[in-house]
Amino acid sequence: MAQIFHRSTNTISRATIFGAVFIVAFLFWAAAQVQRSPYVTYAGVVRPQPVPFSHQHHVAGLGIDCRYCHTSVEESRFAGIPPTKTCMNCHAQVWTKASLLEPVRESLRTDKSLVWTRVNDLPDFVYFDHSIHIHKGVGCDTCHGPVDRMPMMYNYGSLLMEWCLNCHRAPEKNLRPREQVFNMRYQQPSSDNPVLLDGRSFSDQDSLGTYLVTKYKVRTVADITSCDTCHR
Amino acid sequence: MADLRKIAPLGTAVLLLAGCRQDMHNQPRFKPLAKSDFYTDLRSARPPVEGTVARGDLRADSYLYSGMIPGSDTPGEYMPFPVNEEVLARGRERFNIYCTPCHSRLGDGNGIVPTRGFARKPPSFHIDRLRKAPLGHFFDIITHGFGIMPDYAAQIAPKDRWAIVAYIRALQLSQNASADQIPRGQAMPSPMPKFRGDPGSGATLPESAAPSKAQPEEPK
Ligand code: HEC
Ligand code: HEC
Ligand code: HEC
Ligand code: HEC
Ligand code: HEC
Ligand code: HEC
Repeated sequence: MAQIFHRSTNTISRATIFGAVFIVAFLFWAAAQVQRSPYVTYAGVVRPQPVPFSHQHHVAGLGIDCRYCHTSVEESRFAGIPPTKTCMNCHAQVWTKASLLEPVRESLRTDKSLVWTRVNDLPDFVYFDHSIHIHKGVGCDTCHGPVDRMPMMYNYGSLLMEWCLNCHRAPEKNLRPREQVFNMRYQQPSSDNPVLLDGRSFSDQDSLGTYLVTKYKVRTVADITSCDTCHR
Repeated sequence: MADLRKIAPLGTAVLLLAGCRQDMHNQPRFKPLAKSDFYTDLRSARPPVEGTVARGDLRADSYLYSGMIPGSDTPGEYMPFPVNEEVLARGRERFNIYCTPCHSRLGDGNGIVPTRGFARKPPSFHIDRLRKAPLGHFFDIITHGFGIMPDYAAQIAPKDRWAIVAYIRALQLSQNASADQIPRGQAMPSPMPKFRGDPGSGATLPESAAPSKAQPEEPK
């Protein structure tokens, strides 16, 4: 019987067996990339909202502090989404005829809640707490990005476990003085632009971070990377 | 045997698909402010039953919660707790968060929001009438609102309201000080402060810049 395949195909088949390793590796790599991509994590994706509420306009434009609306962020786990009444503090007087704001006025009239679409949403088996991060000097913009430049809210981080751990493994790289937590334009210290704190001048993040870790009594890395910190 | 071969892929698929269920991601429990299909108003957050007294919220000290001298309708001119530097610092922080959008940092009523279409501007805190107004009057306004000004009872806890009141009094003093009240050795007018980076946003005061580059480095 004649050979179906020519001799040269031997080389090809050998190459293919060898190549399969790469193909499998590539598939794993691709899967990992998809898992981290905005298709899965929604990082950077704007979600539709009932009212096109602009943080850029209210925070940078009008200079309103985060805590005016997110009142519980310092004391509790949950930052809090403002009730309709908070919007009406100003919008009872300003832009009272705007059709954009009709859902807000309707919510006040009918006593039905505005239904915002959640942007940052961790799985329910993860425990997260805002207050501890605020008190240990992690700025809102470290996790939420330049909120004062967001006409519409999107999530900035991937909120994957590796994203949390990146910081928990080296918290000193991201700490800042507590008073600066709500400052969306905070810059890390540099030699041209040192940070003054407690009568000392810090010209790089290393020295500031180390100082703050002691000052705010940040727990050890082993402590905050143990599974039961976040999965309890 | 052939049957098993047919079923095997199906079984694997079922097992894999089971992994796609999000039971643990979205557990059937109430999360803060989440929607609930159980109640007709669709809110999972329930109002407390009437008459409920939350822990630490007995309101036995009626002055602390109303600013009115007990047993009367007259606003009091004293603080329900002693004022120290900490209380003033807290008052300043809270004032800058909740009041400055309309009343401005100085309390002169030139905040940014009323300029965008309020029926009228808030009055300056430095007019004679408000300088003579008792502390309880300010507390009452934060708690119940005033004219077109909204109330802040839901956003500011009573103790913080008092801290703001104390800070307003300090602002009033600062804006009406005379030259001989300035501490000795303080230059007048003091030089413009220098700031680090952008002026920041919201209530965060701009960071002051280092006085000069020749600052000694901190000891290593
Ligand atoms: C005038 C009120 C107001 C102020 C001030 C404000 N926010 Fe918000 N914020 C909202 C509202 C309303 C929403 C819900 C709608 C949305 O997601 O856009 C929201 C949503 C958010 C979310 C996303 C919540 C989610 O669904 O995951 C983040 C993060 C956030 N705000 C951060 C901030 C930060 C940081 C600041 C201060 C720089 C700030 N906000 C100031 C009203 C406000
Ligand atoms: C402290 C006052 C204040 C609060 C609180 C406030 N707003 Fe506004 N908002 C304004 C002002 C002032 C403008 C108009 C700005 C202008 O004319 O430049 C505005 C404009 C808007 C607009 C117009 C579109 C735009 O962004 O340009 C929308 C929509 C809006 N606000 C939604 C909301 C919602 C929703 C809330 C409640 C979460 C809210 N605002 C709370 C002061 C406020
Ligand atoms: C360490 C990172 C981190 C910091 C710092 C942080 N946030 Fe968040 N924020 C998150 C995460 C993660 C979520 C999603 C929480 C969830 O799904 O349970 C979230 C959710 C929110 C929400 C939606 C409501 C909620 O609580 O779930 C708001 C509003 C918000 N953040 C505002 C703020 C503000 C304002 C600050 C600054 C004072 C801030 N955050 C600082 C990580 C952070
Ligand atoms: C930018 C840095 C940073 C990021 C990002 C961050 N954390 Fe943290 N986290 C900290 C610091 C700092 C502490 C304080 C440690 C301590 O208690 O001393 C902390 C503490 C915690 C604690 C301990 C709270 C307690 O009461 O014991 C939990 C839980 C936590 N983080 C969860 C998370 C989760 C979940 C994420 C990701 C969604 C996250 N963190 C992202 C910096 C960060
Ligand atoms: C800093 C907080 C933090 C710590 C510490 C932490 N995790 Fe996580 N973990 C998370 C977050 C956030 C997620 C959700 C990621 C996502 O949205 O896919 C997660 C997801 C997971 C998942 C995936 C579940 C699923 O269905 O996707 C597993 C498994 C897991 N963690 C195991 C562990 C183990 C084991 C440890 C200890 C070695 C640990 N985690 C420590 C924050 C943490
Ligand atoms: C949304 C804008 C706005 C905010 C925020 C605001 N106010 Fe006002 N306030 C007003 C306006 C407008 C008036 C004038 C009311 C009128 O004449 O009908 C006023 C009046 C006042 C008065 C004068 C009352 C009198 O006897 O004449 C006081 C005191 C006052 N506000 C205190 C405060 C304090 C304290 C805060 C912070 C907790 C605050 N306000 C926040 C808009 C505001």
